[in-house]
Amino acid sequence: MQKILSLLLLGCGLLLAQPPSGIAIRNARIVTGSGPILQKGTVVLRNGLIDAVGENVTIPTDAWVINGEGMTVYPGLIDALSTIGITDAAATPGSARPAATPGAPAATVSRGPEDRPLTTSWLKAADLINTTDRRIESARNQGFTSAITWPRRGIFAGQGAVINLAGDKSNDMIIVPSTGQYLALVNGGFGAGYPASLMGSISYIRQIYVDADRYARIKKQYADNPRGLNRPEYDRALEGVLESQRLLLPANRRVEITRMISFSKELKRPTVLYGLQEGYLALDALQAAGLPVLINLKWPEKAREVDPENIESLKVLEVRDKAATTPAELAKKGVKFAFYADGIDQPADILKAVRKAMQAGLSEADALKAMTITPAEIFGFADRLGSIEKGKIGNLVVTKGGIFDEKPAIQHVFIDGVKYDPAPDTQTPAAAGARATGGGKEQEQQ
Amino acid sequence: MKRFLTALALSAALASAETFVIQNATVWTMAKGKFTGSVVVKDGKIEQVGEKVMVPQGAKIIDAGGQHLIPGIIDAHSHIAAEAINEGSVSVSSMASIDDVLNPEDIAIYRALAGGVTTANILHGSANSIGGQTVITKMRWGTDAKTMLFEGGRPGIKFALGENPKRAGNAAVNVGGTPRPQRYPATRMGVEDVIRQAFIDAREYQRTWEEYKTKAANGERVVEPKRDLKLEPLVEILEGRRDVHAHCYRADEILMLLRVADEFGFKIRTLQHVLEGYKVAKEIAAHGAGASTFSDWWSYKVEAFDAIPYNAAIMHKKGVLVSLNSDSAELMRHLNTEAAKVMKYGGVSEEDALAMVTINPAKQLKIENRVGSIEPGKDADLVLYDKNPLSNYAKVQKVWIDGKMYFEREKDLADRAAREARKKGLLEKEKAAAPVQKKDGAAPRRGGPAE
Repeated sequence: MQKILSLLLLGCGLLLAQPPSGIAIRNARIVTGSGPILQKGTVVLRNGLIDAVGENVTIPTDAWVINGEGMTVYPGLIDALSTIGITDAAATPGSARPAATPGAPAATVSRGPEDRPLTTSWLKAADLINTTDRRIESARNQGFTSAITWPRRGIFAGQGAVINLAGDKSNDMIIVPSTGQYLALVNGGFGAGYPASLMGSISYIRQIYVDADRYARIKKQYADNPRGLNRPEYDRALEGVLESQRLLLPANRRVEITRMISFSKELKRPTVLYGLQEGYLALDALQAAGLPVLINLKWPEKAREVDPENIESLKVLEVRDKAATTPAELAKKGVKFAFYADGIDQPADILKAVRKAMQAGLSEADALKAMTITPAEIFGFADRLGSIEKGKIGNLVVTKGGIFDEKPAIQHVFIDGVKYDPAPDTQTPAAAGARATGGGKEQEQQ
Repeated sequence: MKRFLTALALSAALASAETFVIQNATVWTMAKGKFTGSVVVKDGKIEQVGEKVMVPQGAKIIDAGGQHLIPGIIDAHSHIAAEAINEGSVSVSSMASIDDVLNPEDIAIYRALAGGVTTANILHGSANSIGGQTVITKMRWGTDAKTMLFEGGRPGIKFALGENPKRAGNAAVNVGGTPRPQRYPATRMGVEDVIRQAFIDAREYQRTWEEYKTKAANGERVVEPKRDLKLEPLVEILEGRRDVHAHCYRADEILMLLRVADEFGFKIRTLQHVLEGYKVAKEIAAHGAGASTFSDWWSYKVEAFDAIPYNAAIMHKKGVLVSLNSDSAELMRHLNTEAAKVMKYGGVSEEDALAMVTINPAKQLKIENRVGSIEPGKDADLVLYDKNPLSNYAKVQKVWIDGKMYFEREKDLADRAAREARKKGLLEKEKAAAPVQKKDGAAPRRGGPAE
């Protein structure tokens, strides 16, 4: 029976190339994310938006109706720091600069900040979205409906965009075209010129912001009255920096967290820290700083191939033991945090990593927030996404059972009101029922 | 002023409120000789020093009979507690600062404490003619980077002469088959030129800003000049607001640097390593530069061959302010015995030898009003040894910074079993949670389990 139903639903998904005028999910458990959980409620999607949500909602006569008995509806999940949709080599992380050909003259050796090394601050993720990136679908199949995706190459990598994880054209997918500047602390490497060290990277960033602030002032001075003044020289690196005021700073270890908190104060710009796996060691500093943070869900693990004789330090062992307590501890301190799934190869492992944080004390409600409303608040789009409320974008996930169950069964994903169902071959083992393949079986053993 | 107040509040918070008296110790004051008696510590400061003291009510008594109390050791040249040492891409890297990369979790801090070090000047490396900015720190293990900073410590900068700055980036050096691009300078002449040119630029920069400020003050419409974070520290040197600590070996390059400094009207605060200092000690003394050297570490490269163990003693006798530094996390743990070597080679007195790792480096770093000797009013940075600190049998028993105990040998020994047990527990926990390895040794699924 269940099989027939899912086949039917799948069929609907294929037929629904043209979205119906409305879709209603009725009699479902609805975790709105903005108010109490509705034990038996209805959500109506129309024209890409959430048209109604509640326990006593009149279903429009022209709407397709999905029986939500035994299902739970959540706001669509958001990955707060990702490269989904970006396949352009110039924007994806890797070696900081192209490897020099032996014997070839070194063409671009940066002599200092004036050469704007490792800077593509003007790059916009919104302009780089490749709709054929396979990661879009695989993330969607895990319940992710949006991502904040970033160019990730160099020090000033470029500007992030909030995107929906479905759309025929990349332009359809953009929710917020520019939402901040991604910064990394990288070294130029041997022979590549300035900066070649962590402190060089930091002083370079400092110089760029000093330059950008001056650039803004002298541009204004010139715009106000150009007569008698030499025109400011156009600088696209500074243009990019000025148009993306919010900045993302890397801060994974405690040392980095306190360092970046004070750097943020110095730069005087809205800052979001990312990494945070040793956040549990810097709780007071984070609370006092009041900066929102993005927590990397790829918890530290013992390296796969290590010398078994090599005993790691107590510090390393403790971090591995305690890293996943960070979300719960930050929740207690009232620090605003969102999750990101950087470096997790298997999309199915993302929710597994969230469950690890829940086993370490994080409540289900806080876990959900970190993947829905909080990233939306941090990046300023909570008025249109992140919870199930009338008038917001129609992004939903529908599961059988709970999304944080050990084997979550994701039934439908709605993006802009359009239904997408996980294709059978990418479904989690549980969703695929008894049809476990060799690979699936292996997963089940874990 | 606000900053000063914050620093004050901070140091008050750090200082232990505990009032205590160390009694019956042999106290090496490094100011007024040696005596057997007591030191009273209150609010993180040394309150009284003497054979007989007024013991404040409620003060904790520490009987140090047969033990030796010295001021905390000061290392004028260290590279511990930093997550980057060289910005080696350019020969003038004055924009880079150790302050930005301090790592308060470096275990070398604790080990330095265990060797009696309480203050260290953390320097940028020597790959650049003009290197990065340096910071003076206290070994406040267990705190954060900002708290480690020596309150009000003078800003410093590293210079380097000779082989390191001229070799770095030399085209002859291949890394993994890829020739590194040539970086000027490649000779000692070039190093001199880079330094001179940098200060010509700094003067010009200083002039540009002064001109702008004058014009702007007169109400003229002018475009504000660019700020250059590389040249600003050099302007501070020209204006006497930043101290130069210059890595050097050979007598000729030492004289070169002193002359360049004279030409631009600034002082070299310390010469570091300065293995041929004995050849030009009079000139160093005349310039007023301090010398921070090794007791007997040399011949690790050509420019470090013409060295003698009498270097420190000779410079000292010629009127140079001499300190002994570590430049190494290992050497840092026994600077007391480094000082003792100067007694053997050069016949320096016990107290003059110990001064080379306490009050002398304090003077070189201009922090002698706070640390370097045991005198009322100074920071309670103290080290208790079980024997004469100049003996290589002496072991550090207790170390205080600002009156707070940061190292205690007995406690360290007692805690070791607990730390080992904790580690064992974590390893077992991890092992228990690990997936069962298949018999054929197949690796677990890629990316899998985080538990």
